[in-house]
Amino acid sequence: MASPVTTQDKTLLASLYETIYTIRVFESEGIKLYRKGLIRGYFHPYTGEEAIAVGVCAALREQDYITSTHRGHGHCIARGADIRKMTAELLGRATGYCRGRGGSMHIADMSAGNLGANGVVGAGTPLGVGAALGTSIRGEDRVTACFTSDGAVMNGTFGEALNLAAAWSLPFVLVVENNQYAVSTPVEQTTRELDLYKRGQGMGVHSVGIDGNDVVTVYDTMQDAIGRCQAGEGPVMIECRTFRHGGHHVNDPGLYLPQDKLQHYLEHDPLTVARQYLMDAGATEAEVADIDARVEASNEDAIAFAIDSPEPDLAEFLEEVEANE
Amino acid sequence: MSNEPRTLMYREALNEALMEEMRRDDTVFVMGEGIAERGGSYKVTAGLLAEFGEKRVIDTPLAEASFTGAGIGAALTGMRPVVELLFIDFALLTLDQVINQAAKLKFMTGGQGNVPFVMRTQGGTGNGVAAQHSQSLEAIFYHAPGLNVVMPSCPHDAKGLLKTAVRHNDPVIFIEHKLLYMNEGPVPTDDYLIPFGQGDIKRRGSDVTLIAWSNMIPRSLTAADKLAAEGINVEVVDPRTLVPLDKELILDSVRRTEHVVIVQEAVRRGGVASDIASIIQAEAFDYLDAPIEIVAGLNTQIPFNLTLEAACVPQEDDIIAAVKRAVYA
Repeated sequence: MASPVTTQDKTLLASLYETIYTIRVFESEGIKLYRKGLIRGYFHPYTGEEAIAVGVCAALREQDYITSTHRGHGHCIARGADIRKMTAELLGRATGYCRGRGGSMHIADMSAGNLGANGVVGAGTPLGVGAALGTSIRGEDRVTACFTSDGAVMNGTFGEALNLAAAWSLPFVLVVENNQYAVSTPVEQTTRELDLYKRGQGMGVHSVGIDGNDVVTVYDTMQDAIGRCQAGEGPVMIECRTFRHGGHHVNDPGLYLPQDKLQHYLEHDPLTVARQYLMDAGATEAEVADIDARVEASNEDAIAFAIDSPEPDLAEFLEEVEANE
Repeated sequence: MSNEPRTLMYREALNEALMEEMRRDDTVFVMGEGIAERGGSYKVTAGLLAEFGEKRVIDTPLAEASFTGAGIGAALTGMRPVVELLFIDFALLTLDQVINQAAKLKFMTGGQGNVPFVMRTQGGTGNGVAAQHSQSLEAIFYHAPGLNVVMPSCPHDAKGLLKTAVRHNDPVIFIEHKLLYMNEGPVPTDDYLIPFGQGDIKRRGSDVTLIAWSNMIPRSLTAADKLAAEGINVEVVDPRTLVPLDKELILDSVRRTEHVVIVQEAVRRGGVASDIASIIQAEAFDYLDAPIEIVAGLNTQIPFNLTLEAACVPQEDDIIAAVKRAVYA
């Protein structure tokens, strides 16, 4: 699947690697903040799935839209979000993307076409179809990429919404992150057909199943999908096979994940794969170390910014509530 | 332009509102089940397809949750959708999209995204359509912060409120009544809007304040005519929008009449009437001369048989009896 054009584009590969590492560091440092009690509520790490968000978003253009999920930090970063404002939101601060009203599960960055994470599994799919519908009515060249999951594919919104996109030939790409677990239930227990992309085929939608841990494959597949949407051949469904490196959220140790499977995916880690592509394209160890150092410093800066940021003003919040009475 | 009111049916007034708003603003579009060529079950969208084409007048599959969600997503990205739900009973299929998404998106994202989304639907009993096509479910939407809830009772209000709904930047649940579509009334010729949160006194009176909405307004007005013949002057107050609620209009009337009757078609338990009663007792307790009377639907599913159906929702006689209890208490 990986095209030679992509595997020889060192600049692109460096950028893909850097974004994957940014997400990896953001999540691992975020978990530490959570353990210290600085982050409350739910925190669903994207660790192990980074290549999907990064490959998809690297292929998207500035004018395109995404919708995200409860496991949304990676999508947000890959779409170019400011990790200072993201970290501040995770800490519930006034300087966060949602001014402390949303938290981890509701970060949006409308100015970047990120229509937001979603606390309800599957609910983002109809919203994404609507964004694509709007662009179609306006006659604009925009694609909407909707991140969803194996868990969401079992929900009614999947069939309804993908069918709407198909019936109306919308420029819509459904990216199914098949991490093979819906909270703690393995996909084998919830469906008979494990090739989820075949459902899209049954609706007359161009649908493919790919290795979601290979960022180049994801990128190339997404480029193809965008081309199809531009040619009026949308929607497209891409099932990306992947695996979580841990439980459903930070307080779930994920003891139900089979060790052999986890080991397989830890060895086929999107970060390692991306690093190898970069090295194969001619990058030196020193160049990669520079990227790593830059990412780590940037994340430290984001944490410092968030910790120094003020809490939301209660009086201001209550005034808003009153105004909306 | 002359502003001589014409007589229009409720459904014609709604149709005119959509026509005008779609001509004014290219981002306005309508979608729903059988609304394009067929013009909708109650003909509210008749003629729109011919004028605006299939891009902006869209027949959907029977997938309420997702075409509603698609409307919300379109609203979030610069469109002004008016989504028709054939019956409010079917709106129950859309509650995640309406309450968890539309009503919360702007809030959750710290004010980043507006959702100028209108759901047009219709509720209430009418001619034996039974338990899954007869409900009055405004309380569900009234309960969820972030939604405007509009319930027009006459053609004039229907048009002015729908035009305001289309221009509103936050989600609007616009609830029509299946028995009102053929009702006629005066509608001005010129372009007019009715602001949300501005109720209307449908009949002036000094003895008792009767608060009602939607199809309970014409029924209450007929009851008020009969009561006038007996010397009881009823003031009929129509809030028109339940969220936002014109509390001042209600409280001002209550302070003048000192007697209150609230009429709702919906079941008694957990209804909007109870909430309005609680507002009145909290803010105008000293003015009340008698307990607040609530006339509401029975706490039951709606039966098919017409006699049984009529027994489940407030009728003229029920309203008259309640007014007398309030006044003579």
